[in-house]
Amino acid sequence: MADIITAEKLAKKYGELVAVDGIDFSVKEAEVFGFLGPNGAGKTTTMRMIQCVSPKTSGKLLVAGLDVDTNPREIKRMIGVSPQEANLDPDFSVIEDLLVYGRYFKLSMEEAKKSADRLLEFFQLEGKRDMAIDKLSGGMKRRLLLARSMLNEPRILILDEPTVGLDPQARHLIWDLIGKLKERGITIILTTHYMEEAARLCDRIVIMDNGKILAEGNPNKLVKRYIASHVIEVKNSEKVTKCIKNQLDGLQTDLAGDDLHIFTNEPKETLSMLLKDCGVESTTVRESTLEDVFLKLTGRRLRE
Amino acid sequence: MKLRELFALPNVGLRSLEVWRRNAKVFMKTYRVNFIPPIIEPILYLAALGFGLGFFVKEEINGHPYPEFLAPALIAITIMNSSFFECTYASFVRMYYQRTFDAIIATPLNVDEVITGEMLWGATRSVISASIMLVVITVFGLASYPLALLVVPLAFIGGLLFSALGMCFTAVTPRIDTLNYPTSLFITPMFLVSGTFFPLSLLPSAAQTLANAVVPLVHVVDISRAATTGDLQINLLWSLAWIIVVTAVFFVIAVNLMKHRLIV
Repeated sequence: MADIITAEKLAKKYGELVAVDGIDFSVKEAEVFGFLGPNGAGKTTTMRMIQCVSPKTSGKLLVAGLDVDTNPREIKRMIGVSPQEANLDPDFSVIEDLLVYGRYFKLSMEEAKKSADRLLEFFQLEGKRDMAIDKLSGGMKRRLLLARSMLNEPRILILDEPTVGLDPQARHLIWDLIGKLKERGITIILTTHYMEEAARLCDRIVIMDNGKILAEGNPNKLVKRYIASHVIEVKNSEKVTKCIKNQLDGLQTDLAGDDLHIFTNEPKETLSMLLKDCGVESTTVRESTLEDVFLKLTGRRLRE
Repeated sequence: MKLRELFALPNVGLRSLEVWRRNAKVFMKTYRVNFIPPIIEPILYLAALGFGLGFFVKEEINGHPYPEFLAPALIAITIMNSSFFECTYASFVRMYYQRTFDAIIATPLNVDEVITGEMLWGATRSVISASIMLVVITVFGLASYPLALLVVPLAFIGGLLFSALGMCFTAVTPRIDTLNYPTSLFITPMFLVSGTFFPLSLLPSAAQTLANAVVPLVHVVDISRAATTGDLQINLLWSLAWIIVVTAVFFVIAVNLMKHRLIV
């Protein structure tokens, strides 16, 4: 598939602060592309530059072949946005919000009504058509934001943390719906803090930190590329650390609070060695996940 | 922010009207609340000040009894208040708390058009309130027709003036409660000393000159009074020109200050 978004040396500075530090990436048509990273990594800033609401400082950014600096209206016309902070219009009912939003895209009343009804059905909100927005639950608001972002039949959908703060039922429903949108050939760009979500939804992701891209690729392949297949978690102690150094030198480890994570491609052998020679009593063995890669690349330091 | 940016010409199209339509739709949803104050307020002011206090004002002002002098000033005040409060507190709520502007600029509309739509809507609020008030004043026999109808276009241009001034404050205010500063330091004094409750001619001549040069409400009061008393004079062209020029300048500044705030 052809690239629908390309960024070269894309940068955004706020005075002295470098929010996005000369990144290169490309998004292919009809894929689900994820931006991952701790708070302040530059994900949202990058998304805002793509949707033409925040001007870039330097570099190149093309959306569907159009330059974000010169063709913002054309780009915005083909993009649907579901923002991190719900900005539905609290003065309106569900259907009013959609119809008024449709006017911003110059949809005729008839078109807007037809699309709104179709979208309400798709996002399982048809029973809430005339409900006031502030009476909706968090999950319903998220679904309405998604419905609204689809109103202009976008080629590109931008979802900024689409499931933040939702219960598992609502989250799974949104995952299903995103999956269905993908099947229609819509390019979806999302940010998320949930690694499970990224691994499940995204064809490709980038992991960002401090405005730079640290890694890029398919979530499963990234796990294989950056860390061993399994993680053994043991209680940390001086004895264990020393033992691992003596017996299992060469294995990567990571200290997570009181626990030591040991990365290995031979879980059985490593485990038996830990139990037999290192005096470890209780352990957890599990497959490595995207979260392990994420923490390995971005560190455990808390971001404020 | 550079000076050149402050005076850059806004990039505005007809799409601004969609923002206007959005606000009008919300207004109509709560029309009862919105229509009652403009009816009640002038009646109260006219009763208390015009006929109550005015009972003791035996002297005519420029040939008009006090209620006739006061009524057009009340219209001018309502023109000022409707648009100023719409484009300060109400716009700030939409911008900051409801994130309505963010939602709209994610569509083909740009910030210039959103802010223009807001100011056009502020002016429209002035037209609505001033028209209701004109009816009330007419009922009291204090308006002379047909010239009194000029209040309606005056409300639009005057409303746009105070929308633009209000929007400038909204663009720079850090929080909603800091909007109390322009309200009590700019609007309230203007409300009292713009030739509203007593004629400007009572002021020392230097103060009169200053008021004519820099106080926006003075000009709106002058035109409003000329319209309802049917006493149109050539020197009102100065007031009209003043309003048009100042409105145009602050309209542009408001859009650019808002761009500076919202586009980061």
